[in-house]
Amino acid sequence: MEPLNHFAPYTGWVYPNETVIEWTVLIVVYPYLTGLVAGAFTVSSLYQVFGFQRLKPVAHLALLTSLAVMVFVPLPLLLHLGRPERAFNALITPHLTSALSMFGFFATFYVVLLLVETWFSFRPFIVEQAQRRSGLPGMFYRVLTLGSYDLSEEALRCDREWIFWLAITGIPGAHGLHGYVGFVFGSLKAREWWSSDLMPVVFLFSAIISGVALLIVLYVVSCKLRRIRIDLACLKGLAYTVWAFIMVALILEGLEFANIVYKAREGVEVIMEYVTGPLLIPYFVLQFGIGAIVPLLLLSYMIWRGTTGKALIAGVTLSAVLVLLSVFMMRWNVVIGGQEISKTGMGLLSYQVELFGKEGLLTAALLVVAPLALLWWLTRLFPPWADKAA
Amino acid sequence: MKGERISSLVARRAFLRKIGGAAAAAGAVAATGIPGVMRKAAAKSEPAATQESFPTPDYDWTKHRWAFGVDATKCIGCLRCVEACKRENHVPLDAHHFNTWVERYVYLEGENRARVDSQADPVNIAASGSQGEYRFANRYQDAHVEKAFFVPKLCNQCTYPPCVQVCPTGATYKGKDGVVLIDQSYCIGCRYCVHACPYGARWFNEARGVTQKCYWCYHRITKGMQPACVEVCPVGARIFGDRNDKQSPISLFIHNNRVQVLKPETGNEPNVFYVGIDKEVR
Repeated sequence: MEPLNHFAPYTGWVYPNETVIEWTVLIVVYPYLTGLVAGAFTVSSLYQVFGFQRLKPVAHLALLTSLAVMVFVPLPLLLHLGRPERAFNALITPHLTSALSMFGFFATFYVVLLLVETWFSFRPFIVEQAQRRSGLPGMFYRVLTLGSYDLSEEALRCDREWIFWLAITGIPGAHGLHGYVGFVFGSLKAREWWSSDLMPVVFLFSAIISGVALLIVLYVVSCKLRRIRIDLACLKGLAYTVWAFIMVALILEGLEFANIVYKAREGVEVIMEYVTGPLLIPYFVLQFGIGAIVPLLLLSYMIWRGTTGKALIAGVTLSAVLVLLSVFMMRWNVVIGGQEISKTGMGLLSYQVELFGKEGLLTAALLVVAPLALLWWLTRLFPPWADKAA
Repeated sequence: MKGERISSLVARRAFLRKIGGAAAAAGAVAATGIPGVMRKAAAKSEPAATQESFPTPDYDWTKHRWAFGVDATKCIGCLRCVEACKRENHVPLDAHHFNTWVERYVYLEGENRARVDSQADPVNIAASGSQGEYRFANRYQDAHVEKAFFVPKLCNQCTYPPCVQVCPTGATYKGKDGVVLIDQSYCIGCRYCVHACPYGARWFNEARGVTQKCYWCYHRITKGMQPACVEVCPVGARIFGDRNDKQSPISLFIHNNRVQVLKPETGNEPNVFYVGIDKEVR
């Protein structure tokens, strides 16, 4: 038997089997990634479905981001499974009462939807490249045209219709995928910290803010790298979106915590001991304070003062980075926090995160960075910039 | 899906019966002259886990309704049950994986809350000097103890098991005889069930990549034997039997006592029935 190095030290009384924390940092990364997918897709839909014209510069980037992240979503789960070679059992014989069994279907459906929508969105570009380029790249784009070179007004109108309906289907798709992730935790009655009807909605709203925040950072960084002017109207549009949703997310998270404290069911003393002790910094300081309230105040101030120019860019980017941190901490506090509070209601455990190893911090960091690398490559193949192609 | 599983069980049974027939013919020659009683005793002393006849031939799970009783007033905390279980079921010999465990509740004079520990507590592990043999350290010998008792714990084989509900593949399922089983060749090792169990009864086998738990020694009870922990208990604190049999020890235990279950508010309807536990036991 492999030596175990993740026994959790504890205080108070915990069940003996609880001393192994089973869901590690990889399960923190998993909802974080799905959240980014849902959030980025929201931005793309705001433009495609709801006609938010000012978001045009990031609409295609949002779609590619959603796709690049979605490709990596199953990976933390696969790495975590004890028998990853049997992962398809959940698809072959899904146990329909299990929230987890639906993941494969939701994810597959959504990946296909994203691929098709991306294809329609980039079809004019693909056709143009297929006709212009030769050699291997030319071949690549010719295959991708799927034999359709028709760029007539009629054909493009048809494309737009497809994109519109795919984007509409994608809204419940992306949000359903993430709401369901919240349900995976919220539906478990064994843990007071997870068992909450609000959990799916909390996950959903934090997902939206994380995805929009990621796009803000990506947009600003891409403009800097490409040495083009940042479209301030677009940036403001994204900032307003974060601002509105962060408000809802904060209220929901606050309500959830208030519910636990106010209902004060069995074991609440241990929960209070936990949130005022080990969770003080990750929960109140990082997730709520620095990660949510600071950006909310900063954004509010900038909107009120009509800040513009470089100050606006710096302020919005800083807020976005803080929101990304806050949402990661929220995932951490839910996944790890839930396991650090013993099911006995009489003890607390302490998760020992490892640095290396299959489920270590390094793997988690790679899993967060990998979608960005894929996105960089995708933007080379399919430039999403509104000022140039597409 | 369950139908398929049963039919594969039936097929396997038929197959085993065939080999069993050949083996019995050979055995009958060898065993000529040995009295039947001795033969039976020899079969019993063979560890059931290594017997090849599992699933047991001719075992009909529709004919039984197994249940378990714990009389906490009798438990002396000797922990033989824990040691027997570890060996019978090949549970890793460490302080973090248990199919069954024993909790000790101690109320000291002037204190309102119980102090709780189990054999897995570092102090108790230090006292036994081993992670494979268990002792309760005499840590309260200088204190004024007002009340103290032991509570054996194990899988409750719930009527509505949340672990079965959340399993994404159906690898864990409830048998018709009431025991919650795990198909170890089908489990993907996601550990959702470990979280869903409010009793902490499930644990993950790192070496095999699958979840395990107590299944009331299914390999023994389907042969008419008692679970290992019940068999070794020197004081009869653990009671096991078939509720379909009105005269079985468990039926009488439930009939003659006012029993209670753990965490009834979960709606899981456990099938381990307790006598003599206190308000803080959950």
